[in-house]
Amino acid sequence: MTDDSAIKDQAAWDAADKVADYEHGWSSDIETDFAPKGLNEDTVRFISAKKNEPEWMLEWRLKAFAMWKTMTPPDWAKLNVPPIDYQDAYYYAAPKAKPKLNSLDEVDPEILRVYEKLGIPIAEQEVLAGVEGARKVAVDAVFDSVSVATTFRAELERAGVIFRSISEAIKEYPELVKKWLGKVVPMHDNYFATLNCAVFSDGTFVYIPEGVRCPMELSTYFRINAENTGQFERTLIVADKGSYVSYLEGCTAPMRDENQLHAAVVELVALDDAEIKYSTVQNWYPGDAEGKGGIYNFVTKRALCQGRNSKVSWTQVETGSAVTWKYPSCVLNGENSVGEFYSVAVTNNYQQADTGTKMIHNGKGSRSTVVSKGISAGHSNNTYRGLVRVAPNAEGVRNFTQCDSLLLGSLCGAHTVPYIEVRNPSAQIEHEATTSKISDDQLFYAMQRGLGQEEAVALIVNGFAKEVLQQLPMEFAVEAQKLLGISLEGSVG
Amino acid sequence: MMLQITNLHATVADKPILKGLNLTLNAGEIHAIMGPNGAGKSTLGYVLSGRPGYEVTEGSVTFNGEDLLGMEPHERAAAGLFLGFQYPVEIPGVSNVQFLREALNAQRQHRGEAPLSGAEFLKVAREQAGALGMDMDMLKRPVNVGFSGGEKKRNEMVQMGIIDPCLAILDETDSGLDIDALRVVGDGINRIMRKPDKTVLLITHYQRLLDYVKPDFVHVLADGRITRTGGPELALELEREGYRELAA
Ligand SMILES: Nc1ncnc2c1ncn2[C@@H]1O[C@H](COP(=O)(O)OP(=O)(O)OP(=O)(O)O)[C@@H](O)[C@H]1O
Ligand SMILES: [Mg+2]
Repeated sequence: MTDDSAIKDQAAWDAADKVADYEHGWSSDIETDFAPKGLNEDTVRFISAKKNEPEWMLEWRLKAFAMWKTMTPPDWAKLNVPPIDYQDAYYYAAPKAKPKLNSLDEVDPEILRVYEKLGIPIAEQEVLAGVEGARKVAVDAVFDSVSVATTFRAELERAGVIFRSISEAIKEYPELVKKWLGKVVPMHDNYFATLNCAVFSDGTFVYIPEGVRCPMELSTYFRINAENTGQFERTLIVADKGSYVSYLEGCTAPMRDENQLHAAVVELVALDDAEIKYSTVQNWYPGDAEGKGGIYNFVTKRALCQGRNSKVSWTQVETGSAVTWKYPSCVLNGENSVGEFYSVAVTNNYQQADTGTKMIHNGKGSRSTVVSKGISAGHSNNTYRGLVRVAPNAEGVRNFTQCDSLLLGSLCGAHTVPYIEVRNPSAQIEHEATTSKISDDQLFYAMQRGLGQEEAVALIVNGFAKEVLQQLPMEFAVEAQKLLGISLEGSVG
Repeated sequence: MMLQITNLHATVADKPILKGLNLTLNAGEIHAIMGPNGAGKSTLGYVLSGRPGYEVTEGSVTFNGEDLLGMEPHERAAAGLFLGFQYPVEIPGVSNVQFLREALNAQRQHRGEAPLSGAEFLKVAREQAGALGMDMDMLKRPVNVGFSGGEKKRNEMVQMGIIDPCLAILDETDSGLDIDALRVVGDGINRIMRKPDKTVLLITHYQRLLDYVKPDFVHVLADGRITRTGGPELALELEREGYRELAA
């Protein structure tokens, strides 16, 4: 490391100091427009009509809904999920009609206050304030279900980048959407993905044209705000030949008494020589100390590395949700394509996380790297479930998987479940796993130097997760470091 | 006075280790404690710094007039107490720079002082590392990970320089140091701590460190108490005679 990077390091810590304290347990007063409670064909029609969707989209939704009615929820994960009453939820909630905006300045101040409480990274605030030389981040803010603002649209347009809410894209770029929607995660993929196809509310569409390096980080903040509103985001990112994009997704949710369902679908497509970096910091309400309340997070995230030398890198920091069921995956079809998965998952109290990745190697010479850091505290359960599959005619595949678990206390559990299916003998597959406990020596050493117990835990945990955190763009890394500490409060001593 | 220990009794895992220890340290003084293996020297350091598992069963300790034993470990640190560890601990993934800056700013916040910015901190860190002959690359590495025994001890002194405590308890900081490093560390202790408003409690087995850091008092700790106190000449006598003679 050079002195310069040490100073940058310090700058990041400075910024972290300024980020407001965690206070996500509130619900702001913004008028909401609900679809009637419950789920039937009319709900699907209501959502489609609300969004002025073309006929083909409505038909697609209805087909998915008919399919979903015939399916049963999965129960194979090491999760203990009480039955969800799908009729006892709202499937659409939008802030009352507001004109489309070009910058965050024009956004409802109440919404801005919400984002401020979330501690939206300093770098972005600098960009918004017009600070010279600040790194650019475009924000497509999803407030509940509808995009309320998109910034930097003009600059992106000059580069030919399309960055829209998915409902806009359906109307403005129907051919592109039709070409790729449901191609990575097929409609019948799984119970929650099918449900999402039927009732998805909004989300993001990104298209990077051939040879374009997206001039800024693209960033979306999701936040579940209305009571009893299921969230069904839909994200589709297509990187055309030789293009590059880095996309940041952040999530926080306010405190609620009832469990809220979240079933997003994220589809990524990378063509020849294209690269997509997808980073998530997820901080949904995990439920209280007894495990009540909290978000149920059943997300389907998948990337198609379709082109030769294409690359997709998933980085995720998971600290929230009562129940998480999530396997960002890469289908490596392209020759010499690369899939990466870097994950930190923290569980505390009664949280349950069953997360991991699937690396499906169909292309010759495709490579994948998996680094998973699981941190368990309280009575929680943290499972890494990973699949590495090598197709019969995929020569020269390599995979390296490293799974480290850190336990805080003796009531929590960490589980590693690797599935390896190799049908080509030339594959080189390596799997390493470790489990350790946070040591009293380390805690006392840090406390003797002046850190309080919780600060000491946060520091040691951040060190444990470093390999993953350093994959994040800096403004996210700072947020993530804070979150790890916050989510483990009260877990030691 | 800086530190007053009165009739201190302490147990580890229910086993009595300190058995009525008395010691008074004034500002501006350097005290050496010597004593046989297992006598309770490290235990004294841990009890004073508040390590969990070290239970005080009797006695009192005041630090600058305050009840030390009622404070949490990090509060003791913020109040100016520093323990140089006999076995410094490794913290993977956390750089020395990050560790020390967070620690120092936590102390400053506790005392109601403004935090140091990254640039201010790096300036102090660079000075201290330089004075102790440690290069900056080492400060950017994870705390003590892969450091040699001697490097770990030197790192403890860099930390002491950055934190700038008023009371330093140095537990065998000299062991594991080569001849040159011993001089560097000795000079460092003098530079950082030999001041009218500071106090050092030096735990050591050997005279050689005391050649560089001249103690005002030398104590013998045996079987959980101070059994003898003298001037610098006591250390020389111990080196000649050993503890057996003394106890008799
Ligand atoms: N966790 C523990 N459980 C039981 N006994 C302990 C524990 N920790 C320390 N002791 C005992 O307490 C006694 C004092 O140990 P301490 O480390 O204070 O000795 P010391 O004077 O520092 O010795 P040395 O010169 O070898 O460093 C020893 O007999 C040691 O075995
Ligand atoms: Mg000792």
